[in-house]
Amino acid sequence: MSLTLALVVAGLVAGGVFLVLQRELTRIVLGFALLGHGANLLLLLAGGRAGRAAFIEGDGPTGGEVDPLPQALALTSIVITFAATTLLLALAYRSWEQRGSDEVEDDLEDRRIARLRDETDADLEELTDVLADLEGDTGPGDGVADVHGELRP
Amino acid sequence: MTLLLSLPVAMPLAGAALAVLAWRHRRLQRAIAVATLGATLVLAVVLAVTVERDGIQTTQVGGWPAPIGITLVADLFAALMLVIGLATVLAVLVFAIGQPGSDDDAPAFHPVYLVMTTGIVASFLTGDLFNLFVAFEITLTASYVLITLGGRREQVRTGMTYVVINLLASLLFLMALAFVYAATGTVNMADLVGRLGVLDPDLRLALSLLLFVVFGIKAAVFPLFFWLPDSYPTARAPVTAVFAGLLTKVGVYAIVRTQTLLFGEDRPSTLLLVVAGLTMIIGVLGAIAQDDMKRILSFHIISQIGYMILGVGLFTVAGLAGAVLFIVHQIPVKASLFLVGGIVEHSAGSTALSKVGGLVRRIPFAAGLFGLAALSLAGLPPFSGFVGKLALVEAGFSAEEYPIVAVSLVGSLLTLFSMVKIWNGVFWGIPEEPTPELLATPGRLHTPLLMNVSAAALVTLTVAIALFAGPLYDLCERAANDLLDPSAYVQAVLP
Repeated sequence: MSLTLALVVAGLVAGGVFLVLQRELTRIVLGFALLGHGANLLLLLAGGRAGRAAFIEGDGPTGGEVDPLPQALALTSIVITFAATTLLLALAYRSWEQRGSDEVEDDLEDRRIARLRDETDADLEELTDVLADLEGDTGPGDGVADVHGELRP
Repeated sequence: MTLLLSLPVAMPLAGAALAVLAWRHRRLQRAIAVATLGATLVLAVVLAVTVERDGIQTTQVGGWPAPIGITLVADLFAALMLVIGLATVLAVLVFAIGQPGSDDDAPAFHPVYLVMTTGIVASFLTGDLFNLFVAFEITLTASYVLITLGGRREQVRTGMTYVVINLLASLLFLMALAFVYAATGTVNMADLVGRLGVLDPDLRLALSLLLFVVFGIKAAVFPLFFWLPDSYPTARAPVTAVFAGLLTKVGVYAIVRTQTLLFGEDRPSTLLLVVAGLTMIIGVLGAIAQDDMKRILSFHIISQIGYMILGVGLFTVAGLAGAVLFIVHQIPVKASLFLVGGIVEHSAGSTALSKVGGLVRRIPFAAGLFGLAALSLAGLPPFSGFVGKLALVEAGFSAEEYPIVAVSLVGSLLTLFSMVKIWNGVFWGIPEEPTPELLATPGRLHTPLLMNVSAAALVTLTVAIALFAGPLYDLCERAANDLLDPSAYVQAVLP
């Protein structure tokens, strides 16, 4: 029994991870729903083998019941996941309102910094080309060639 | 001592409820928020004094005995974090009230801010791994609201990344909890100390690494930091300041707590030291590449986390004492730097280095505050950062971990370089493409009093840390002793 549940957890987590890696926020929300279910099932699994009594009967615990604490933990985590899902949906809606899509965008500042680096690289390349031309004009063996050697990346 | 431990958690929550009732009355909301946080800070100081005098304090909320009940514990480390954290939270609140047109205008700000404080206080005081998860969730859910408050397009974009990453970390935490419970049958930290000790070492290592990854995402250590520099700078100044000052440190607190109490070792951990070194260097190199004041400071958050992990990774009393001292210094310094960033943005309309410049004439007081805090961050004597780094470097030498000491010194030098970059770009020089605000009103500008006062209060706190470094270090050393020898902690929780 527990093996079946373990396989179900694995399936839920795998599906969840796949969906979370998508760019649309609605898919990510669905992914989190799957991941949340996976985590909750895992908590239940931590309470012991499946198939044991869920309630304490008559005179008190006999030791054959399932551990109640993980169920309490799962209950708490369900509430938390619910709140987080609602918040994500609100964010997705806001994004759709503003841009007509709920795709997660790139970090613009990061892009700008990366572009600066590309420009510097391009400048360096240009400089190397110019120096290569100079070298062609003056011929090898004079000072320019040394500078060129130092500059080539 | 029941009330002394439960009131700091309960009071901000009650204050949040009151602030919701006072929805349309901004003045009343402000009064409630300041009064609640002030009272909580006083309680935290009383708690810290009690812990310092009488040892570890515990209480069982609801009266159920320890492994089952909700345990609240305050040892010296938790009490120190509580006092310094609440002082910073209060100062940032005053800044938010003083800043015209800030988030404070939204009726949701004060209740959510107080809820976030509840979460931070609860994470410091909890003695139960699952309640740590709940406290994290309280903090994070409030922070999701704060970071997207106002709902500007840029905020929604970065808010998405922030929420998704943290939610993923939370679910990973939950799975880690399930594994811990399956292996040991308890989530009470004091109870776990004994039960983890008898586990198979491989299983123990797996649990330890899983929890380290979870808290590593929250604390933004290498290579799990990528979400931070993107999301923090887009929120408004007070929100960024309190996030930068506290939220990542709550993650570090959890790392310190779990790695010492639950998975303590008696020799330096190579993994932690390598992670620490890479976090320092990658963080500071990222900072140097940026050209916006808030983004430079955001990368510095990451870099400084490395120093804290360094202290933990040494697993010596001196190392942990240095780490505790460094965290205590870092919380107010980081928050004050971001508050100065807020003043810069308020007076010049931007924090991009190319758009502002020469502000030393415009806002001389804030420039002075920045200078003090920046030198402290870089670790120049006689400021508080120097004391913290000195303690860490000495601990590294006595543990004979020379490479990491060298890396940390290089990191410090690069930190100084990027602080000078901010100073040259923002406070000196002439802007390349000045903002409309700078063109419209050149010359000196009046900054709202409360903004200056709260930033100055935090800088004063860091100077006080440097002045009283001796007694404070003794306290940190005692805290480190307690951390490395969990028997007193276990004894206090499970008598």
